[in-house]
Amino acid sequence: MVQPLNTLTETASQTAGPYVHIGCTPNFVGIEGIYDEDLGLVPFPKDEPGEHITITGTIQDGTGTVLRDVLVESWQCNAEGKFGPGSRGFARMPSDLTTGIWTLNTVKPAGVGKQSPHIALWIVARGINIGLQTRIYFEGDDHSADPLLTRLEHQSRVETLIAKKTGDNSYQFDIRLQGEGETVFLDL
Amino acid sequence: MTLIPRNRGGHPVAYAPGYKSSVARSPKLALISGSATPSEQTGPVFGHDLLGELDSNLILNFTGEPAIGERIIVHGRVLDENARPVPGALVEVWQANAGGRYRHKKDGYLAPLDPNFGGCGRTITGEDGSYEFLTIRPGAYPWPNGPNDWRPMHIHFSVFGHSFGQRLITQMYFEGDPLIPLCPIIKTIPDQSAVDRLIAPLDMSRAMPLDCLAYKFDIVLRGSRQTMFENKMEGL
Ligand SMILES: [Fe+3]
Repeated sequence: MVQPLNTLTETASQTAGPYVHIGCTPNFVGIEGIYDEDLGLVPFPKDEPGEHITITGTIQDGTGTVLRDVLVESWQCNAEGKFGPGSRGFARMPSDLTTGIWTLNTVKPAGVGKQSPHIALWIVARGINIGLQTRIYFEGDDHSADPLLTRLEHQSRVETLIAKKTGDNSYQFDIRLQGEGETVFLDL
Repeated sequence: MTLIPRNRGGHPVAYAPGYKSSVARSPKLALISGSATPSEQTGPVFGHDLLGELDSNLILNFTGEPAIGERIIVHGRVLDENARPVPGALVEVWQANAGGRYRHKKDGYLAPLDPNFGGCGRTITGEDGSYEFLTIRPGAYPWPNGPNDWRPMHIHFSVFGHSFGQRLITQMYFEGDPLIPLCPIIKTIPDQSAVDRLIAPLDMSRAMPLDCLAYKFDIVLRGSRQTMFENKMEGL
């Protein structure tokens, strides 16, 4: 026998289920009056310094069907590479209940250390048993020193992490949960 | 703080054919592992100014008139894997009403809506990691999966720790519910001890005479390594 470590084990995840919006964005699904507004409506105030951008996307399952019941959260630093203070840099994006499109209006983050500019994403929905971590990088940036992108074994998959530029200040980032073009999901 | 790697053996598997929705929604390729970076080691901080007076009282927070059902306190502590309390953690909950019906247009279950029950609440943990909700015990409900699958009584929990890499959504179950071992969603967890830790015991020490029963649900978030040999986080 040896001494016990006295450590605990992380609580098991369970799916967020089909009604995640009741708890996380109740106003979005018509439960109004409990919270003044849903959490994480915008990551930054309008006057936040930096390049203001819009990222839109959809999330497809293994059959190519777009999810319309998904909740995406994002976390990022600002244009100077600073996280916070408070909840600044955090956003919560329910996908549109009809089109499945989610939208993030934010500022383009700075790179931190050797990492290229990126936004961390966390995705939950019915059928997802533990939240999926991924990242949005940006087309047009130099990714040649980014520690994560450069060490991916399957370099052909790097493009699944890079948002396509669709306009002056707009990007598109579609996520594929499974199958051809499956997005890289992370365990960081 | 440096997050320690997530022990995925204590979590559900992504692809669990018994839970049909997971079949097309689970990644087939391996997750890419690596060390947490500032994007995972930091996270949003929510202040008490976020909270309204009744946010943690699901019995009253929808209309101010009491919801129907068995009145319960749900309380516990948010800890990390080093058994340290996690103060300032935002805990959000959602649940069906006493009849097992959600206030959601996609829920068409026979059980009626309760006009005074919205179904969500939130709070922020205290210095010792403790939290408390007042609510009604949710009903079990049937769901389209197998030919006759029922969800045990449960409350959904969403927790923010101190870093985005600790993000967790889970469900709390109730001691003694015979539906627990039958549930295809619970069966996505291969480790029985991990399932047991999702089941809240009745806690008569917190029950209030002539008022409500109580259940205790402690939540453990992913831990961090803190050593005197560690440098400050890069980029902060
Ligand atoms: Fe549920």
